[in-house]
Amino acid sequence: MSDRPADALRPYVRYIDKTRSYYLSQGYAKPYAWAHNEDAPFTPLTKPLSASTLTIISTSEIAIKDDPRFADDAETKAVGHVYAVPSDTPASRLYSRTQSYDRYATTLDDANAYFPLDRLHEAAARGRIGRVASQCLGVYNAYSQRKTCERDAPVVLGQCRAMGVDVALLVPV
Amino acid sequence: MGLVCRVVEEAGIPTVCVSTGRDITTLVRPPRSYFVNAPMGNNFGAPGDRETQSRILRAVLDLAVEAREPGCIVDDPMRWPRPFFFNPAPPSPEARAKQLKK
Repeated sequence: MSDRPADALRPYVRYIDKTRSYYLSQGYAKPYAWAHNEDAPFTPLTKPLSASTLTIISTSEIAIKDDPRFADDAETKAVGHVYAVPSDTPASRLYSRTQSYDRYATTLDDANAYFPLDRLHEAAARGRIGRVASQCLGVYNAYSQRKTCERDAPVVLGQCRAMGVDVALLVPV
Repeated sequence: MGLVCRVVEEAGIPTVCVSTGRDITTLVRPPRSYFVNAPMGNNFGAPGDRETQSRILRAVLDLAVEAREPGCIVDDPMRWPRPFFFNPAPPSPEARAKQLKK
């Protein structure tokens, strides 16, 4: 029995330790090193959310059911690949191919639990946001920080700019 | 993903990172983070829990508007109903073979 009160906050999972041991178990020679930043860049919003275009960017390996573009793992699972998912896809047609979720505690059966596309459309319908961008983006987790920053992030940025995205919601899985 | 946030934000597009890993978020420091203490994969609450998904999205959108401090992390009040620990996948056969060669 725990002496922790029933309403106490759960302790945080120590993912840094677990990620290190995971990558070692997968045959990577060097322990994974997370980026460590003391400060952060910051861009204030320039217009109200009700006039803004938003998108979701996800590392959940999100895919569309019965869509041939996602049938070929060799093409879509290239590490570091950035790809688009049309935002008019109902979340019921979306699924995740990732293995890196807590399979002992939950499932990825409901895309809105990690890729809240239906909820974002509802926010647009209510007028809380201006609109959902034409595409959401998937990004594969890369082992290399340099590849993430120098190869993948600029692609994400370019696609956001092309779609006129004002605010991006990034959801790591 | 926090690194992608930083690059996109630095180039002029505001971002919010919705995290389930507080230790990682604290280290990487995305510009604005909303932390949900839920199992990895359920950043917006449990599957099928539409009410929580909507509530967390509202909070995330509020954070986009209200954040003033670069690198801020806001904690969601949700308490997951059961303990969770996260155990990554066991080594794949390919990884085992690679390890045996070293």
